[in-house]
Amino acid sequence: MSVTAPMKSPLVIIGNGMAATRLLEELLALAPERYAITVVSAEAAPGYNRVLLSPVLSGEQNEASVVTHDSDWYQRHGIRLITADPAVRIERRRRQVITASGEVLPYHRLVLATGSRPRRLGCEGGELDGIMTFRDLQDTRALIQASREVRAAVVIGGGFLGIEAAEGLRRRGVAVTLVHSGPGLLNRQLDAEASELLARDLTRRGLQLRLNARTSAFLGRREDGRVRAVTLADGETLPADLVVQAIGIRPEIALAEDAGLSCRQGVLTDDTLQTFDPAIYAVGECVEHRHRTFGLVAPLYEQARVCAAHLAEMGHRRYAWRDTATRLKVSGVSLFSAGERDGDATLCWRDPVAGHYRRLWLDGSRLAGVVLYGDTSAGAWYSERIGDDISPWREQLLFAERLPEVAA
Amino acid sequence: MSQTNQTCTTCPYCGVGCGVTMQQDAGAWKAEGTDAHPANFGRLCVKGSALGETTGLSERLLYPEINGCRVDWDQALDTVAVRLREAIDTHGPEAVGFYVSGQLLTEDYYVANKLMKGFIGAANIDTNSRLCMSSAVAAHKKTLGADAVPGSYQDLELADLVILVGSNMAWTHPVVYQRLVAAREARPNMKVVVIDPRSTATCDMADLHLPLQAGADGYLFTGLLAWLAREKSLDQDFIDRHTNGFSEALTAADAACPDLASVAEACALPEALVEKFYQWFRDCPRTVTVFSQGINQSETGVDKASAIINCHLGTGRIGHPGAAPFSITGQPNAMGGREVGGLANMLAAHMGFDPAARDRVSRFWGTERLARSPGFKAVDLFRAVGEGRIKVIWIMATNPVVSMPEADLVRAALAQCPTVIVSDCVSDTDTLRMAHIRLPAAGWGEKDGTVTNSERRISRQRAFLPLPGEARPDWWIMTQVAQRMGYGQAFDYPNPAAIFREHAALSGFENDGERAFDIGALAQVSDAQYDQLLPVQWPISVLGPGDPGAAGTERLFTDGHFFYPDGRARFAAVAPRLPHAAVSRDWPLLLNSGRLRDQWHTMTRTARAARLMSHTSEPFVAVHPDDLAEAGLRDGELVNVESPQSHCVVTVRASDDQQRGHVFMPIHWNDCFASAARVDALVAAIRDAESGQPAFKQTPVRLSAYGPSWQALIVTRGRVNVPDSQHYWCRIPGERVTRLRCAGTRAVDSEWLRARCPEIEQFATMEDEALGHYRLVGYRHGKPACVAVMAPTLPDLDEDWLSRTLEAGDGEVMQLLAGVPGGRRDNSPMVCSCHQVRQSCIEDAIHEGCADVAAISACTRAGSGCGSCIPELRALLVSTEKEKRDAESDGNTDRLPVHAVG
Repeated sequence: MSVTAPMKSPLVIIGNGMAATRLLEELLALAPERYAITVVSAEAAPGYNRVLLSPVLSGEQNEASVVTHDSDWYQRHGIRLITADPAVRIERRRRQVITASGEVLPYHRLVLATGSRPRRLGCEGGELDGIMTFRDLQDTRALIQASREVRAAVVIGGGFLGIEAAEGLRRRGVAVTLVHSGPGLLNRQLDAEASELLARDLTRRGLQLRLNARTSAFLGRREDGRVRAVTLADGETLPADLVVQAIGIRPEIALAEDAGLSCRQGVLTDDTLQTFDPAIYAVGECVEHRHRTFGLVAPLYEQARVCAAHLAEMGHRRYAWRDTATRLKVSGVSLFSAGERDGDATLCWRDPVAGHYRRLWLDGSRLAGVVLYGDTSAGAWYSERIGDDISPWREQLLFAERLPEVAA
Repeated sequence: MSQTNQTCTTCPYCGVGCGVTMQQDAGAWKAEGTDAHPANFGRLCVKGSALGETTGLSERLLYPEINGCRVDWDQALDTVAVRLREAIDTHGPEAVGFYVSGQLLTEDYYVANKLMKGFIGAANIDTNSRLCMSSAVAAHKKTLGADAVPGSYQDLELADLVILVGSNMAWTHPVVYQRLVAAREARPNMKVVVIDPRSTATCDMADLHLPLQAGADGYLFTGLLAWLAREKSLDQDFIDRHTNGFSEALTAADAACPDLASVAEACALPEALVEKFYQWFRDCPRTVTVFSQGINQSETGVDKASAIINCHLGTGRIGHPGAAPFSITGQPNAMGGREVGGLANMLAAHMGFDPAARDRVSRFWGTERLARSPGFKAVDLFRAVGEGRIKVIWIMATNPVVSMPEADLVRAALAQCPTVIVSDCVSDTDTLRMAHIRLPAAGWGEKDGTVTNSERRISRQRAFLPLPGEARPDWWIMTQVAQRMGYGQAFDYPNPAAIFREHAALSGFENDGERAFDIGALAQVSDAQYDQLLPVQWPISVLGPGDPGAAGTERLFTDGHFFYPDGRARFAAVAPRLPHAAVSRDWPLLLNSGRLRDQWHTMTRTARAARLMSHTSEPFVAVHPDDLAEAGLRDGELVNVESPQSHCVVTVRASDDQQRGHVFMPIHWNDCFASAARVDALVAAIRDAESGQPAFKQTPVRLSAYGPSWQALIVTRGRVNVPDSQHYWCRIPGERVTRLRCAGTRAVDSEWLRARCPEIEQFATMEDEALGHYRLVGYRHGKPACVAVMAPTLPDLDEDWLSRTLEAGDGEVMQLLAGVPGGRRDNSPMVCSCHQVRQSCIEDAIHEGCADVAAISACTRAGSGCGSCIPELRALLVSTEKEKRDAESDGNTDRLPVHAVG
């Protein structure tokens, strides 16, 4: 370090998930020389794209292809990356972060990007071996390993992650039953009709489905304490030597709470992603912003962008929640959902031969929401127009980007 | 000829009678003009060129049916014979009627006439020529002493002045029109005058257009005679030597039209315009006056035609090259029908019911039952059916439920007639729907015989196709019935040639030059000579040496000898008047009707050629923009057209070609193609007292908005279920793809829409229930085969593209539903049907520098086919150039003038 160089202020980022790496990108672009950056990660792996874990599980991608930031990248940008050494405490008064190994990291600014952890059912037998979650690279590796050994699996949760886990295991030759407590798969993203189309397509591929099904207990083998079956509330018992719980996430807020930061579901932030401590910011799935928590990648990226601007002291941006479109990452099943599935009129398109379905919700003259199934090529086009006054081209709205005069 | 794979025949459409050479090319029949045929010298119009596309067997009547059940010919013929026999035995020979057609061949016609007048023994046979020609026939007989058209088409080319009265020749007789255009280009001094209340495509060529008040033609020509007399421009020598009745005619003319001002007022024309026309007439000894339905279809049609002929008699302009009054007929064989005597007020072969003629014909036919007096003319014939006086009616090759005035009454009459027999070549017409017995007749291309065109030229129609199914020629059907009725000997014809010989023999039988129609020279032709018969103009009483057809008469009356016994023509004293049917507060508009360029009659044949449907695919009423605004209507919307007789629902078109107060509807549409578009149902059966021809051209009507709450378009392969007539609909058949446009005032749902397409297996649907907007794509065999759209107001859809895409079967579903191709759309009017060139393409070409028709043709191919769109091209040149000039004078001066290139 040169003596003449001005002292860079220390910035510590706890967490190395997608919000953290995006924040680094944004910050380096705005103020590459401003901070001496240290990233503290509990995981051993460098930065990777969590979104791609489903294709890795299904065998369509390999592990190497999900890595976005290898250790070389951190080195090149002069960032210190501490892996497999989780932060255990924040000393706010001293502006220090202490890691599990005892290292003390002073900070001028601290960013919490601690992410979330999977929710688990509290029912009987939840501690048995073979009951897993599907969250990070480690989980993915474990599931791939297990898939070679098990015959029957039960995946609990008919959301995106549950369906992707179930389909991934099925493709690896496991007989999978997907158990969902709601009336239809992805019932927070899809309307009933699209849900049914999805259920039909997944069933055709060989997935077993149990809808409106609550899990009441996990049964284990006496000899090795490994799970052998799942019992449902209606009394049905599904044999399973592997169970994946994919029933949602909880923001990881233990560190923040311990440090006395104001938290509810997540770490509370204002529109600049600042927590109640002006030196501490939070981004990603650990955040609670205006009563909302986050599980999708798009708002994380937006938060990273806003937060980086403030860290670079070019802060004029405000984070505002925007509805985010969602897609299912199961190859051969295309669906797309954005906006509200509620309005005073709907436009609908069904093609039973091609297996295409499209429904738009209108709120007065505005486009409120969209669900596409089968052909989702118009997804981006619609999500850009959610909230727009579409009355001039309502008649053509279902054609989306196909009509030149509509796109104009 | 037929030993090679091409056949020379005659076109089945208008009265021009063009020679057509049919040849097979890769399995498909192609029509080309016959170079050697003197009617057309190789030219064909768009309808003629599309003939090959109309020879398919879809929608053909192929088997005899009784009450909807297929029967064999024996049973069908026995039944017809028994019904006729029963009616005749119980109620007398007047209790049966034949209604025949200018679509029949002369041989068919001859047999029909002989059977009815000679053997059934009444004269209740009339023909649809009554609707188009009978006033001209009556005027010819009244003035010239015989129903004989004096001149030839060549006279139009030789004239210095051609007057077209009541004829949109550019569309209705395109090939004669093209000959005229070519002649005028060769001789720029030639003048053309068009007399028509409408501004039509024919006006394109006119040096002078007289847009006179509808129905005022009688004043114009009566006034002309009086004016010529005042100008001392009549041929007194000719009048003295060759005519009678001149002074009475002139007195009447002077009384009706004492001066130019009175004529101008009656015609609602500027005096100067009338005077100019009169001066041209005075100054051009070589004058041909062509008249057609605008004159004939009038309650004073005989007077009007006579007033025209008077002017030619008064100036001696008849029987000379380039000088003649020229009645041009509408149908391929109206003339043949007139020759055999197929009109109820003729007996046979230009003979009437006078004792001498009756005696002569009785002897010739060897019958004792010859009809004694004229029978019912068309309107009366169907009234007699309605009144129960006629118990059995046999309709051949025509569609009176569409084409008769008060057509609803004709349908009602047929509905309560005990026996309706219809011979036709197609499986569905409005008239066939009323038939108890349906007989499958041979169609054009399958039947063999002769037709006569407007210039008295007899040409052969030759078969080049096998008889499909159990279809049979009309003459065969009738001779079989005649034999079953016990008249076998008189109807023992082995072939059409034998009938023709008898027909020719009758025309020459005890003739001695008294009867104009004489083809006695052909009475001895062998079957082989008949097969080879070349086009020949009657009369032909002396056969040229060894070469039938070489002789013939190009021009009649060259010696000033007419067919009255004294050899003199007769002037007809004409007191012109306007139509009685006048507009009133309740019925403020006068409805005119006529043909379109690319359709023929009731569309039974032309609708089979998709490209002929592209020029105009939906029935319409053309209205002056100011009348439209006054009625509070918008261009393009559906309107009710009501008359005291009936009502129609059609699309309204704003048109500057219409005079204020005058509206126009095409005659072609009927219940097979649209819910309510039979224009003749609107027309009152007001007839000319002498000819019995109905006045189709002036019906008082009113317009009101139809105001549909929904509209729909269905484009589908396979069958389409048309709705019932409580909704508006219009069916547009294509080669494989049918279009159905609908609209209604009573709500329907998307199920209703699906039910229109019975052959569709699965539907993809697009719904906006709140707006009532539905779009469907129907699948058949897993491929898109149908697109249907329903909405309160139909969105902009590219029907051509949809049809083409469904036909090709490679459509992408979303794009089909969008109803428009991804790229640029073109819904501008189809101008060139031959090469399918639309208006916008032509306008682009003009903008890019095409400064004349030839340049446009070179650039876009428009106008290089049949040429019938050339008037429209000219109009586009004018309007587009004007737009360009306007744009330039608006300050856009930096635009350089452009010149046609290459």
